[in-house]
Amino acid sequence: MDQTVGTTGLKRGLAQMLKGGVIMDVVTSDQAKIAEQAGACAVMALERVPADIRVDGGVARMSDPDIIYKIMDAVTIPVMAKCRIGHFVEAQILEAIGVDYIDESEVLTPADQYHHVDKHAFKIPFVCGCRNLGEALRRIGEGAAMIRTKGEAGTGDVVEAVFHARTVFGEIRRLIAMGDEEVMAFAKEIGAPYELLKETKDKGHLPVVNFAAGGIATPADAALMMQLGVDGVFVGSGIFKSGNPERRAKAIVEATTHFRDPQIIAEVSRNLGEPMVGRSVSSMPESEHLAVRGW
Amino acid sequence: MKIGVLALQGDFAEHIQILEKIGVTAVEVRLPQDMADIDGLIIPGGESTTIGKLAVRFGLMEPIRQLASTRPIWGTCAGAIFLARDSRHSQPLLGVMDISIRRNAFGRQAESFETDLDVPDVVTAENSQKVHAVFIRAPLIESVGTDVKVLARLPDGRIVAARQLNLLATAFHPELTGDDRFHRYFLSM
Repeated sequence: MDQTVGTTGLKRGLAQMLKGGVIMDVVTSDQAKIAEQAGACAVMALERVPADIRVDGGVARMSDPDIIYKIMDAVTIPVMAKCRIGHFVEAQILEAIGVDYIDESEVLTPADQYHHVDKHAFKIPFVCGCRNLGEALRRIGEGAAMIRTKGEAGTGDVVEAVFHARTVFGEIRRLIAMGDEEVMAFAKEIGAPYELLKETKDKGHLPVVNFAAGGIATPADAALMMQLGVDGVFVGSGIFKSGNPERRAKAIVEATTHFRDPQIIAEVSRNLGEPMVGRSVSSMPESEHLAVRGW
Repeated sequence: MKIGVLALQGDFAEHIQILEKIGVTAVEVRLPQDMADIDGLIIPGGESTTIGKLAVRFGLMEPIRQLASTRPIWGTCAGAIFLARDSRHSQPLLGVMDISIRRNAFGRQAESFETDLDVPDVVTAENSQKVHAVFIRAPLIESVGTDVKVLARLPDGRIVAARQLNLLATAFHPELTGDDRFHRYFLSM
């Protein structure tokens, strides 16, 4: 049979199937089942959620494969897992395990201060974080098939997710308004590959799906990010660090679908119990910021 | 003509883009009232468990079942699962189409693939080429009822597209390839 695998279309295509959905961080197979039951379109298999990584300190690495296998066995939806920035062997291991998507993530301690993983070398697709258009297009240039605008993971504070989403969409609006002859200078200014910048200008959006991540803790946060223009949301610590994960997970899924309908968002936001205990990003020392990781 | 695209989750925007390109009005369907005056419905790719749960929660199951008795409905991938009578998995299904489907039949993302298919009913005089088909964590149609016509098979005989009167199911994603022949075929149903 004449079949091709691992193509750019297949890698980007899976992200297209996730649109309008919520990808939830889970650390056990029971949590994965709760997430699937609540309507998550995928789960991120982790050893610790970002809030705990912050508390524990030390070096954060790829999860124990055993945890990932158990989560893959527990659910039918796609399973993602994280490798450290630049740690291509962790990525090879995740590919060997057979996860559906690899997140080369700043939430883990970077393994390389200058280089990210060459993601073209893999059959499995990658998602990477960005704070601005240049960073997004550098990651896509390296082979990322999906982008997430970074927030401050593990804080429950949405402010950075909003800032980075606004930055990316603002730069795209500037790009669209430019003359073609201005694109090269803009590419130089933001450190973006010219061809991808041109493609973004012609399409009017990034060449890949773009989710929001980091600090999303309520249905209103999810709908806020959707109204700002992202294609879907990642929720990390916000669900399983809250008082009632089942209800909150379901409410965030419903608010993400009906993100333009405040009546429905109000209804699903009732009686969700305690949200995760937040931590204001503006009160954190610079050294604790994770979003700045990525080159 | 006005076609609804179920917009609970998944790649509904890709379907809308193709419909608009061929001059058809497309509307996003998230609630029963969005289905007023639609002449057909597309259920997109996405996660069938997510789409099913949201359809139950927002009261769309019965309105879609009623639509299925009078208007064309097409499901791609997750949408095909949602139309099926059985998916060997405990999840909400419309059950309007007499097909039995197996989810993730080829495996995980590493086994996702692209291939060319012979689809005699869909090719046109202007474009008689094979249909390029994208299978992403795709399902298979394992068996079909007597009223169901098989439209496409893989070279080894496994069924990947089928039609039952006004209902159409494809295990792959015509909305991702820029080839509008399947959309035109659906509009002619």
